[in-house]
Amino acid sequence: MERSNREYTIGAVEDFMLQIGRVVHAGEVELAIFRTSDGAVYAVRNHSPHPKGGPLAEGIVSGYYLYDPLHDWKIDLRTGEVQAPDRGQAEVYPVTVEGGVVKVTLPAAVTTLN
Amino acid sequence: MAAEREKLVLIGNGMAGVGTIEQILKLGGAYDITVFGSEPHPNYNRIMLSYVLEGSKTIEDIILNDLGWYEDNHITLHTGTTVTRIDESNKLILTDNGLAVPYDKAIIATGSNSFILPVPGSTKDGVVGFRDIADCDAMLAAAKQYRTAAVIGGGLLGLEAAKGLVNLGMDVTVVHLLEDLMERQLDRTASSMLQAELTRQGVKFAMGKQTVELTGEERVTGLRFSDGSELPAEFVVMAVGIKPNVQLAKDSGITVNRGIVVDDYMQTSMADVYSVGECTEHRGTCYGLVAPLFEQGMVLAKHLSGVQTPGYEGSVVATKLKISGVDVFSAGEFTETPEHTVISAKDEWKRTYKKILLKDNVIVGAVLFGDVTESANLQKLVKNSTEMTNEIYDEVMGTSCCGGGGAKKGMSVEAMADEEIVCGCNGVTKKAIVDAVTENGFTTVDEIKACTGATRSCGGCKPVVEQILQFVLGDSFQQSAKQGICSCTSLSRDEIVAEITAKGLRTTKEVMHVLDWKQAEGCSKCRPAVNYYLGMIYPDTHEDEKESRFVNERMSANIQKDGTYTVIPRMYGGVTTPEDLKRIADVSLKYDVKVVKVTGGQRLDLIGVKKEDVPKVWEELDMPSGYGYAKSLRTVKTCVGSQFCRFGTQDSMGMGAMLERKYERLDMPAKFKMAVNGCPRNCAESCTKDIGIVGNDGGWEVFIGGNGGIKPRIADAFCKVKTDEELVEVCSAVIQYYRETGNYLERTSEWVERMGLEHIQTVVMGNDDNRKELAARIDFALAQVSDPWRKMLDDKNTRTALFEETQV
Repeated sequence: MERSNREYTIGAVEDFMLQIGRVVHAGEVELAIFRTSDGAVYAVRNHSPHPKGGPLAEGIVSGYYLYDPLHDWKIDLRTGEVQAPDRGQAEVYPVTVEGGVVKVTLPAAVTTLN
Repeated sequence: MAAEREKLVLIGNGMAGVGTIEQILKLGGAYDITVFGSEPHPNYNRIMLSYVLEGSKTIEDIILNDLGWYEDNHITLHTGTTVTRIDESNKLILTDNGLAVPYDKAIIATGSNSFILPVPGSTKDGVVGFRDIADCDAMLAAAKQYRTAAVIGGGLLGLEAAKGLVNLGMDVTVVHLLEDLMERQLDRTASSMLQAELTRQGVKFAMGKQTVELTGEERVTGLRFSDGSELPAEFVVMAVGIKPNVQLAKDSGITVNRGIVVDDYMQTSMADVYSVGECTEHRGTCYGLVAPLFEQGMVLAKHLSGVQTPGYEGSVVATKLKISGVDVFSAGEFTETPEHTVISAKDEWKRTYKKILLKDNVIVGAVLFGDVTESANLQKLVKNSTEMTNEIYDEVMGTSCCGGGGAKKGMSVEAMADEEIVCGCNGVTKKAIVDAVTENGFTTVDEIKACTGATRSCGGCKPVVEQILQFVLGDSFQQSAKQGICSCTSLSRDEIVAEITAKGLRTTKEVMHVLDWKQAEGCSKCRPAVNYYLGMIYPDTHEDEKESRFVNERMSANIQKDGTYTVIPRMYGGVTTPEDLKRIADVSLKYDVKVVKVTGGQRLDLIGVKKEDVPKVWEELDMPSGYGYAKSLRTVKTCVGSQFCRFGTQDSMGMGAMLERKYERLDMPAKFKMAVNGCPRNCAESCTKDIGIVGNDGGWEVFIGGNGGIKPRIADAFCKVKTDEELVEVCSAVIQYYRETGNYLERTSEWVERMGLEHIQTVVMGNDDNRKELAARIDFALAQVSDPWRKMLDDKNTRTALFEETQV
């Protein structure tokens, strides 16, 4: 098993509709990718931090916040932090966009998750 | 770690104990905290177990402090561990699994156990109490396996348990020793109204019966009473009372009476050991309700955190029954004696009852049945021993003339002590709310809810929170505290719709920008709402915003908890063909559908379709979407009608299918259900539909505003018409008027109550031109809609983005 961070090319910017999430499997990790209205792209593990879990990709996006589609928790896409009054942490991963190509970097520890 | 901190051990991981710890943390008390709980769960809201049983909440929903909370606050938690003894001389807490944990201060909050009647047979299988999650699980399991149940005890808990079991489909008899239900909280009038209401809801009663034996072999099969009669029961819930759990205190040599005896600072007879909650006895009283426990916890938290506080002086107890549709409340004294002055009002038609008891003109008690809107107010008046005045009388008896009420609401809040618990479910004090408002500049209840948790669980304290908000904001309340449709705006639905029309706003973005939304792109509440209003106002030009749709409407399928979807094709009027059934069967097999279910709306639901298969299933079914996911017309339920039924007077199947074809696909404020019956036998159940239609020999009768869901409501008779054309016109006008005036997510049952039936009748039936214009407007809107499955299949980009998953 490799020990270093791994970078995945997940597509072109225009593959991701504004404010509509899309599921990408990077290696063994299921990601939900969001492009916010200002054009920034965020990656989060497609698993709600709510105790009952469930996907995140279908949530409503407002600014850089995501509303969990099943439980309506409000999640900051930049940090993964769940907003008050709920508490929790979604797993977010760094995204880079260069020349219209979107790349996500997964730390070594999570590449075998799920 | 800096200096060694004192060690605080909490024994009992329930609401009273953890509530105390929360207060200590808020007050900045510096302790290393360890918590022991004998149940295998984190702290949950025990008073909401009734909702779990009733099915409206799950166990996860009622967890108050999840494991993360303990971690975040550096609290060591031992679940599934029972403390056996406190060793005073060595200052150690000893447990059943051999732990010995040192303490400087300890709190006993072991709560109470169900009191199990000491009669022969009480230890048989199938006999449980109703105290914790394990009991709740046992009841849920029993309902799956057995049919008859007996609940011994007609008090608060017994009735909640009985109603829960009835909802689970069991045949339930409540056995009560006395002739009146809830005799410790209600007077005879309220008690008999309660019994009548619960009987109507399917609960049976055996009153004045003393149980002397539980019969059966290993498992219980019935009850025997002192008069020799018997009652068969395969499952028995003992809800005769609770017994403070004092074993640990007793074994440790602490003074115990009925409960663990404490002083006004919750100190037990052992040095450095305190006790709060149902296990304690304060000035001779043991409390079994939540509010006193929080009041005790507050005093103890302050005491342990070194904050000056007056001692605990006992609580005024108020009760509310937690059964949907049965509203009962009592506070203070409720049985009148010659010393009391009684104010009472009983309305047998509306089935409401209100009684207030005065002693020397001071309000000392109150009982409410049916309408409990004044409960929070009365509880305060009783607690503060308020003197009755004309103003208060007008307010609580609802006799004040218009315009007089608003200004006076603030007075009792002003008198409320800072430490008083406003939200009993979450233990939020008046001061916490006042601070939240003043420090953060809050102007709405929603903001207070998000910050403090007040009103978040049962919502019963919302009127008081509103009053506190009004009190703190004073004059600025009027403009600012108006409730917007969500926390992003202070504008109401009507104001938003008026602004959209007046300013010609076209997109949600534009609406939120021009109307100065606090969160620029709105939230999950207002985005779908504004998108709906725009579509309603501009049926032909509004471009539906997929990104503002809730997941089910965005995907045109219902998401399930595991991320799979369900697919429901149209089956107009609940009528299908062998060919269609064959295709449904073939597609279900090909895509490995997990369950094919007949829905309540007379059609088939393919459950457990993988996300990427959803469009393929649509394609191969080649049927229109049934809109089972939408705020739109779901189904038109029909009976067989005059085509075949010997009783039928009208062609209900034909009319139902025609109406379903006409109104399908149009967005509405909420989901919408209809029914058409061929005769007054009403086999298709018109009374629980948004529009219910009943045929008779000379025409049709129309009912509106029915609902069979969370809050059942029987539809109101709206009008009678002679011809099919008139029927369609009336339906069109009613639906369009609902679309134009309904709040987003407001069902017709609420809409009819808010607008008033007579008002809707006047608009639709009172003026022919009006009705025809409404009907014309809905026809114009209907001309714009098309099948969403077809649309998605023809739009490759959107389909790929929504349904296909990439692998990299």
